[in-house]
Amino acid sequence: AMGGVAATMLPLPALADASADAIAKFTGGASMGEGGLTLTAPEIAENGNTVPISVDAPGAAEIAVFATGNPTPAVATFKFGPLAGSQMASTRIRLQQTQDVIAVAKMPDGTFVQAKSTVKVTIGGCGG
Amino acid sequence: MKNVRPRVKVPKSASAGDVITIKTLISHPMESGTRKDKEGNVIPREIINRFTCEFNGESVIDVTLEPAISTNPYIEFEAKVPEAGEFKFTWYDDDGSVYEDTQKITVG
Amino acid sequence: SRWSRAMAQQSLTQDQLLQFEPMGNVTLIHITDIHAQAMPIYFREPEVNLGVGEAKGKPPHVTGKDFLEMFKIAPNSPEAYALTYDNYVDLAKTYGKMGGMDRVATVVNAIRAERPDALLLDGGDTWHGSMVALKTKGQDMVDIMNKLGVEAMTSHWEWTYGQDRVNEIVDGLPFPFLGANIFDAEWDEPAYEPYKIFERGGAQIAVIGQAFPYMPIANPGWMFPDYSFGIREERMQALVDEVRAKGVDLVVCLSHNGFDVDRKMVSRVKGIDVILTGHTHDAVPEPVLVGDTILIASGSNGKFVSRVDLDVRDGKMMGFRHKLIPIFSDVIEPDKEMADLIASTREPYKDELEEVVGETSSLLYRRGNFNGTWDDLICEAMLSERDAEIAMSPGVRWGTTLLPGDKITREDILNATSMTYGENYRTEMTGDLIKTILEDVADNIFNTDPYYQQGGDMVRIGGMGYHIDVSKPIGERISNMTLLKDGSEIDPARNYVVTGWASVNEGTEGPQIWDVIESHIRKIGTVDLKPNDSVVVTGA
Ligand SMILES: [Mn+2]
Ligand SMILES: [Mn+2]
Repeated sequence: AMGGVAATMLPLPALADASADAIAKFTGGASMGEGGLTLTAPEIAENGNTVPISVDAPGAAEIAVFATGNPTPAVATFKFGPLAGSQMASTRIRLQQTQDVIAVAKMPDGTFVQAKSTVKVTIGGCGG
Repeated sequence: MKNVRPRVKVPKSASAGDVITIKTLISHPMESGTRKDKEGNVIPREIINRFTCEFNGESVIDVTLEPAISTNPYIEFEAKVPEAGEFKFTWYDDDGSVYEDTQKITVG
Repeated sequence: SRWSRAMAQQSLTQDQLLQFEPMGNVTLIHITDIHAQAMPIYFREPEVNLGVGEAKGKPPHVTGKDFLEMFKIAPNSPEAYALTYDNYVDLAKTYGKMGGMDRVATVVNAIRAERPDALLLDGGDTWHGSMVALKTKGQDMVDIMNKLGVEAMTSHWEWTYGQDRVNEIVDGLPFPFLGANIFDAEWDEPAYEPYKIFERGGAQIAVIGQAFPYMPIANPGWMFPDYSFGIREERMQALVDEVRAKGVDLVVCLSHNGFDVDRKMVSRVKGIDVILTGHTHDAVPEPVLVGDTILIASGSNGKFVSRVDLDVRDGKMMGFRHKLIPIFSDVIEPDKEMADLIASTREPYKDELEEVVGETSSLLYRRGNFNGTWDDLICEAMLSERDAEIAMSPGVRWGTTLLPGDKITREDILNATSMTYGENYRTEMTGDLIKTILEDVADNIFNTDPYYQQGGDMVRIGGMGYHIDVSKPIGERISNMTLLKDGSEIDPARNYVVTGWASVNEGTEGPQIWDVIESHIRKIGTVDLKPNDSVVVTGA
């Protein structure tokens, strides 16, 4: 249903730079692999103010999460201690618009891997 | 005044070596520092910026939170339970406040 | 004519409609998306139902002559009338109204007489869609479905009565209200029973319920703040694995995902034998096979009942036979007890329901991807009664049909509009925001990934025309937005007076949409709509 005024726009180029900078700050500019990290996020946010996400990277020392379409991309960093039961964590985040959420895991050997998920923040349609 | 209230869900008991799921919530506005009030003045940032969980003094998880974390921060994770003991949960507020909660777990 | 109607109906008999060569040991009966239509109705199937991506050209995205050819249905036959839009008015006059829960009861009872173990499942969108349902907060349909003997259901519009009312009803239901994907929003824990295991025909049958995944997006989230929904594909797989581990012989998913979402989900979740799909209101006369899973789409508004017989042995579905039974209301004898119950639910409101407000010389229908005539009328009413430049009417898929020459009663208006958030707002929006809304809603229908589709139709627009290229990505589909009253291009920076209804925002103010429409129809007397060519579609 219309009437809602939560504008959805495509990510702006300036924001892409900001997230690249934020990710580089976490990785120290190291190159990025893929695999071994799962990022779970909804396809469509029920509410952009509280979007559930989960990260899971067996063996990782740390996992950082970035919202590439927010003015400030950093979201959270999870550091797993010796008594972590797994390298899994879930939280709820704010997404100002439709965007890619990126998770980056620092593996025990010092390498980094990333995973990406597109979350749509929508005004809403009307169902059947 | 903020009405900050931490809550945690931890099993009461486990077997030694078990991995358990822990869920935590803290009621907190997580003022992002980008919103403006009616007069157009920026409302200063005031968030929970760090959350830690320890078991018998040893780290389970240490989380850095940014303003993009939702109101009433929710964090879910897993912990190993090598022995009976106590989980200690700590939330650090921008305003300097520190909120704590503890939960005992038995092993049998 | 009366003669041709009698002749046509002579060739249709109740026995023929129910005729079914039984097979195997299990029978499923599926009804869905009744939208509180307890009485026989007209419901014109869509003329435009575009599929995108992998769904292009596949059922249910086939209409009219293509549909008849695909399923080898003779033009102008009863099946053609029930399943397609072509020549609708003539065929409606020939074959009469469809549905009626008293006729549905006759069919269900007949199947049960033959197969006492038959399992009756309701796919949701049951408690909402009529004036009586709105007045009784769904109680009329709850009583009707209890009498019918439903054994499990799932949900969507049910939630628009608010979570307290839902829970009040659920507490008293004699069957489970299944929703594997309904979670408590605070602690992210399952909030309703995910499945029920039935023992039927010597087989263990797990029925897993899947509620509408996009509840707080498509409908007002503030009405059910304690719950979260979503597709939750991993959860569905975990539950299928769980019931398989318990040794069930058959896994049925009673789903309100919508057809394309179900088609994708079942290609990724392994181990579901049958999906009884709902929400997108598609009536598909044959099961659609995806891998080893069959998808059954049983239409809407009580027009159809699906019967699925299955041969289930040693934990495997060995075979199936299916019939989408059309409920021709003039052919199927009403069940007396159900008819009496329906009459009693209507009794307190009878005069109000049946009051004639005007008449129509145009065919009034809604279903279809773009503007239907009901919404043309609704937009016209809003523009005129609320003195606005542009009107927006939601692309819901429910709403029954009226034939040219029909009287319009208050009940008819409510069949197209009744809801718990029917306020007709009047506001200002920039041209830019209007474009953003159109792009956003279009992406909810034409995104090539079904998981990004919510299963509604395009928002209907009055006072403005536009072009849409459905093959483009979000942000690039909509162009040539024009204000119809003066032919001017929509200015992104200018404010326009916009009127609409069914806002999901809490605190929306305005008169109820049905009152606005009634007032308009009383002024004009007879509805006579001009053909609407204000939306130009390409890329299909
Ligand atoms: Mn429906
Ligand atoms: Mn629905």
